[in-house]
Amino acid sequence: MELRSKEILNGMLLFSLVVAVIFGFIFEPGSEELKTAGPGILWILLVFSGNIGLARSFNREYENAMMQGLLLCPIDRSVIFPAKWIGNMIFISFELLILIPLLVILFDLPLGEHRLSLAAVLLLGVAGYSAVGTLFSTIAAHCRAREVMLPLLLFPVTVPILLAGVKASALMMTDAGLKEAVSWVKILAAVDVIFITASFLLYEHIVEE
Amino acid sequence: MKKSLVILAAFTYIGMTAALYAAFLYAPTERTMGEIQRIFYFHVPAAWVSFLAFAVVFVGGIAFLRTGKSHWDVLAYSAGEVGVFFLTLVLVTGPLWAKPVWNVFWTWDARLTTSLVLWLIFIAYLMLRSSLAGEKGARFAAVFGIIGFLDVPLVYMSIRWWRTLHPAPVLGGKSGSGLETPMLVTLMIALVGFTLLLILLLFINYKISRAEKDLELFEKEWRNGEI
Repeated sequence: MELRSKEILNGMLLFSLVVAVIFGFIFEPGSEELKTAGPGILWILLVFSGNIGLARSFNREYENAMMQGLLLCPIDRSVIFPAKWIGNMIFISFELLILIPLLVILFDLPLGEHRLSLAAVLLLGVAGYSAVGTLFSTIAAHCRAREVMLPLLLFPVTVPILLAGVKASALMMTDAGLKEAVSWVKILAAVDVIFITASFLLYEHIVEE
Repeated sequence: MKKSLVILAAFTYIGMTAALYAAFLYAPTERTMGEIQRIFYFHVPAAWVSFLAFAVVFVGGIAFLRTGKSHWDVLAYSAGEVGVFFLTLVLVTGPLWAKPVWNVFWTWDARLTTSLVLWLIFIAYLMLRSSLAGEKGARFAAVFGIIGFLDVPLVYMSIRWWRTLHPAPVLGGKSGSGLETPMLVTLMIALVGFTLLLILLLFINYKISRAEKDLELFEKEWRNGEI
């Protein structure tokens, strides 16, 4: 469904690119500062563009009353959350897949030796972020100020993901050693487990009409 | 109901007066920090009480989702409001104390940052409530309140690992010997006073929210009857 709506994907990518360019103005390109801020920029882009994607995806569903349609479907309701969550995850990951090489080219961002682990950390972050995001975008879609509400709900709650993610990826990108990053990855995984379980359990209370 | 409110108010009055007396007159002046240290007797109880209030939001949210009874929701919402009020107090008194003692208003220390994030979460909770009325709003807010409260230890843990400037900031004292007995007694009195104040405020706020809800219902019925 999402991949068909090119408009959202394009919007998200362009938005992330604009944010990246702004960071390019703030930090001297190729400077040490940019290199230390690199992992942070990566996660900020993830958070912001993910937020846009989540909001837009639900707005469309809301406007087309798609949720009612889903609820009328003869399927188990507990399937709706995992399906939407995985959908959002794929969507955000896909976007990162395009964005990260672009950042590497634009800013000469050193990804370091442990690229696979870095990808795994990002994926972990995306998993937790989109789990809570799926839950909250459904909540926010019913509110009056939809666009404002989602980041207000989502950003403070996802602080642990952001923090652990930034730390872990920063350690990986500077080759400081995987050992230190492991403890952060553990935190990230624990937070993920809690968020995903809680979102899964609570989702049914939100969709019942 | 009215009688219990009066009794509760009386106890709160006594408790808070005792706390004021103890904090300003009974407790000795701290050697290095001076008079400013007395803010501690309001700061710590307020923090404790706000945390208690958010626990009520959490429990009330779960109870509401389980039973669907609206008084749980009203309780959770009232607790959310009171909790934000106390946490605001914490965030105001903290910097006031920190400026002369740490020489800065704010540091990105684990407890400070956690309080700030917690404050943001529950402000969002109140905003969510005000932008969504009715049964749906209650359900959504309950869900958010539960996640928000679950998030507190996560935020604290992750930030603690991130910045461990002050592992045990105030309590524990300078030489690690803890508080002087009069100071500890004062703190305990203040804790009791603030907890009573929380219960009182929660009680009153609950009544008001209940009345508001009834009024809303009444208005609706009245309008429908008129038209």
